[in-house]
Parts: sequence; C-alpha cells; structure tokens
Amino acid sequence: MTSSKFFHIKRKITSAVMMSLSLVATLIAVIPLILIFYYTISKGITYLNIDFFVAMPKPVGEAGGGMANAIVGTLMLIGIGGAIGIPVGVMSGTYLSEFGNNKFGATVRFLTDVLSGVPSIVVGVVAYTLVVVPMKHFSAFAGGIALGILMIPTITRTTEEMIKLVPHSLREAGLALGIPKWKTTILIVLKTAWKGIATGILLGLSRAAGETAPLLFTALGNRFWSTNVMQPMASLTVYIYDYAKSPFEDWNNQAWTAALVLIIMISMLSLLFRIITRSKFKTK
Amino acid sequence: MDNPEIDINKENPKSKKNSLSILWARLFKKLFSSHNLGDFIFERLTLLFAVLVFLLVILMGYEMYVGSKISIDKFGWSFLTNSVWDPVQEIYGALPIIYGTIVSSFLALVISVPLSIGIAIFLSEVSPDWLEKPLSFLVELLAGIPSVVYGLWGIFVLVPWIRNDVEPFLSEHLGFLPFFRGAPYGFGMLAAVLILAIMVLPIISSISRDILKSVPQSQREAALALGATRWQSTKIVLKDAKSGILGATMLGLGRAVGETMAVTMVIGNRAVISPSLFDPSYTMASVIANEFTEATSEMYLSALIQLALVLFVLTIIINAFAKLLVWSMERKLGTR
Repeated sequence: MTSSKFFHIKRKITSAVMMSLSLVATLIAVIPLILIFYYTISKGITYLNIDFFVAMPKPVGEAGGGMANAIVGTLMLIGIGGAIGIPVGVMSGTYLSEFGNNKFGATVRFLTDVLSGVPSIVVGVVAYTLVVVPMKHFSAFAGGIALGILMIPTITRTTEEMIKLVPHSLREAGLALGIPKWKTTILIVLKTAWKGIATGILLGLSRAAGETAPLLFTALGNRFWSTNVMQPMASLTVYIYDYAKSPFEDWNNQAWTAALVLIIMISMLSLLFRIITRSKFKTK
Repeated sequence: MDNPEIDINKENPKSKKNSLSILWARLFKKLFSSHNLGDFIFERLTLLFAVLVFLLVILMGYEMYVGSKISIDKFGWSFLTNSVWDPVQEIYGALPIIYGTIVSSFLALVISVPLSIGIAIFLSEVSPDWLEKPLSFLVELLAGIPSVVYGLWGIFVLVPWIRNDVEPFLSEHLGFLPFFRGAPYGFGMLAAVLILAIMVLPIISSISRDILKSVPQSQREAALALGATRWQSTKIVLKDAKSGILGATMLGLGRAVGETMAVTMVIGNRAVISPSLFDPSYTMASVIANEFTEATSEMYLSALIQLALVLFVLTIIINAFAKLLVWSMERKLGTR
C-alpha cells in the first residue's frame, strides 16, 4: 500500500519535472533571440540616421557615410531574383498541383525539396560557373540568378499547396459552365489562391534579402553607386560581412546599423505576409 | 461522343496517303477542336517550367562536375582523405575541412536536438493555446534572422563571452579532457557549435512540434484514461513520432552542414584537425566563402568547386534521407 503510494507520488513528480524541463527548453531558445535583437537594436541605433539611407560609403579609414548604394543594391538584387524565381515557381507549382499527379510530377516535387536543402553557397558557386565565368566579370545579374534559384523551391511548394486548398467544386463549377480548363485555372483557381501564393512569394523574397553567401562571388559588392545589372553591385548583407570583419570600430558600428536596417526590411516583408494571411482567414 | 477518325480509318484501312491525312486531322482536332488549344498550350507551358526546375538541379550537379574536372582528375578520391590543404603548393586534401564540417554539425545537433524536443513537447503537449501561438512565433523568428546577422552577433557578443568566461571556466574545471585544452582564443569550434545550435533550433523544433501534433489525440486520451501521467502519455506520443523527429533532426543536420556566413565569421578558419573545441577549424561552406574570390590559379578554383560538389551531394543525401523519414511517418499515421 505504502509502496504503491510512493510510486504514485514518484511518477507524478517525474511528470512534473519533465514537463517543467520542456518549459525551460523553450525559455532557453528565446534567450538568444532576445540577445540578438537587443544588441542589433542598441548597437545599430547609433548610426541610424538620414545619412545612412542617402549617403555613400566613405573611403577606408574615414568615419561616417552611409549605405545608400547597398540599400538600393539589395532591393535590385531581390528584384532580379524575383523576376526569375516568381514565374518559374508559380508556373511549376501550378503544373504540380494541376497536372502533376504522375511520376514526373513526383520527381519534380522531390527535386524541389532537394533544391530547398542545397546550401546557398553551393548555389552561389553554380551561378559563378554559369554566369560569371562566361561573362568574365562579376555582376548583379549573376547574384540575382543565384537568389532566383534559391527562391524557386519556396514559391513552387507554396503555390502547389495553396492551389490544392482551392475546393474542387469551384473548378467543377467553372468546367461545367463550359469554360476551358486553362481559363478555369487562371481565372478561378489562381485567383482564389493568389493570397496564399503571394505569401509564398513574400517569404521567398524575404529569405533572399537576407542571403549573403551566394552574393560573395557573384554580385561581389561595390563601394560606388551602381544600378547597372551587368556590373558588381553592393548589398547590405555583403557590407555587414565585410564591415564586421574590418578592424575599424566605425565600420563595425555601421555593420550593426546595416543589420538593423536589413532586419527592419525583412520584417516589413513578413508584416505584409501576416496582413495578407490574416485577411485571407477573415474572408473564409 | 462520335469519333469521326475511327470511321474514316475503317473505310480506308490500307491507303497510306489517307492515313497521313488522318494523322493530320487528329492533330488538327487535338489542337483546334472546341477549347483544347488553350488547354494544350497552358499545360505544356506549365510543364516547361516544371521541366526547367528538373533540369536546374541536374545542371547544378553537371556544372560543378565540369568546373571541378581538373581537380577531380588530379586528386580523385584522395581529395577526401588527404589532410593537407595547401593552396601555395597546390595540394588540396579536404579531410580536415570535412572533419570540421561533420564535428561542428554533429555537436550542434547534440545541443539542439534535446532542446528542440523539449520545445516541441512544451508547445504541443503542455502549453495552453493562448501561449502556444506567440511562443512558436518567437522560436520561428529565430529562423528569419539572416545568417550574416548571427555572424555579426557571434563576432561581437558570443566570441568575447566564450573567450572571457566560457573557455577559462571549461579549461579550469574540465581541462584534463583533450576537448578543453589550448589557448582561449574565442574564435573556434566552440563558437561555431553554439551558433549552429541556435540556428538549427527553429527548424528541428517547429517540424517536431508539427509531427507531435499529428499524432492522433486518441493516443493521449487512451494513455491518460489508463491513469498515465502527462509525461507517460508524452512518452507514448514520442514513440509514435520517433521517425518523424529523426527526419526533423536530419533536416537540421542538412542546414547545419551547409550553413555558411555565421560559421565562417566565428570558426577561426584554419584547416587543422584538433580534438580541442577551443582551436580554430574550418567547414566546407566556410572554405568556399572565404577563399573563392582569392583563388588565383585554375587548380585552386577547381578544388573549391569540387568542395562545393561534395557539399551538394552530401546535403542531397541528408535531405533525401530526412524526407524519406518524414514521409514514412506521415504514411504510418495516415494508414491508421
């Protein structure tokens, strides 16, 4: 009697201990998040002024200056990436959901998963051999291609998932009215799913905005103003990398500011993403 | 539905000229009958893009194979087993780099997996609904921070902390072990392991949480009805979710192996094999990031591309294995 009671208490205690350990694990995970945000904001705010957005980087050793070229560069690079990644992603996602119930569809689905696991630096190497080597110089175009390739799996899979969520009855209604399948797909199915697809696109773009590795030897970086896609182009991420490694304290501080601006840019994209998803669920 | 072609066919079974015109008629019908043309074009167009994705993956492997041909021809498999990486003498052996990649990723998982399982358990089994959403949002926020920002934080916050507090502490109390010897330099394996552990945490924990949640509620109810405690019912759920969690771990491993910027910025970047976690090391991704623009000779570049090829193949194997595990888990739960 007493021993069974003892075991009863013991397993209750074990349960309580294990469950509180799971809470501890969750709290431990939140600590680095808080630390990273704390340092990025507190250190980044020192250089956060108008100059940072409108001025050009100063020559080596001189304090001050901004990263106007890098902000425009990052936007242009994700623009080029999007111009490649969005059509390929949306179209192949449409194929997978509408016509992909066969072996080839399964293969493509598997390969997009493979592609999503390929390290971004490897994609950078491929963009280098594909674009930089034949062109014989670094270019924003090569960087954009690398970013575009990195976006494809996210956009393809989201498009497929979102189109699959569209009820079959909608499709059947369209077909029953005698509308051809392609028109049904574009005007009814894609139109219904576009919010979901847009969130996938935004997710792909915001990931691309934070990429550094594929840009190191494709878009390279540029200390001057350049909007020529065939020339090297500056980006916030590559600046953060270069400035973080530099011995100048001033540059180190600017790296923090660049990190803060980058995170703000990315969170604005995710905010847009959240707004879109929220309104999607409201209408349902 | 009437089929005019078949009728024509029956009437003129032997005429070659006729059968050709029938073929044309069929093609014509396929292309232009009622609303088929648009469908035909639309399907082919989307197919084209799907084929593009298919070709892209093949092309990536092919490009890297061609790019590393010189190095493959010269070093062959010894590329993987030779432990000297010396660009000056043009000798490229990737063993210390592969060692650094595997050890850093493995140790990161050792830290990250128990924590992730804890988080997954808390989010799916313990926490009330109102707490679950914001907490999973916070954990997933970690995944949204760019790698280079982790690296920046690593250089200026994590590395000084490791140098001033963690490494002196470890060498004082555990210095008799070979893992905790050497100068407390800060930049090195330990910093890379910690930062990788943080970075793979959101992936493993969010997938594990989804998998735990996909275990049918009846499993928990049955256990609780028999008088099991929360932990005992959780153990049953974990047993069901074993292969899925293993799959999530493999996906985390794939991420850790290919992680570039943060690791490059804190690992110290030296191609040596040392048991001590305090010593600098190197990973495949960080070698490529660090040395690619400096590669002056063709052989050097070729060796770096070969390293990218090895990394590509390695991550494909890891991810395919992970997918297989998650799929088998889904199928197992689906057939129940």
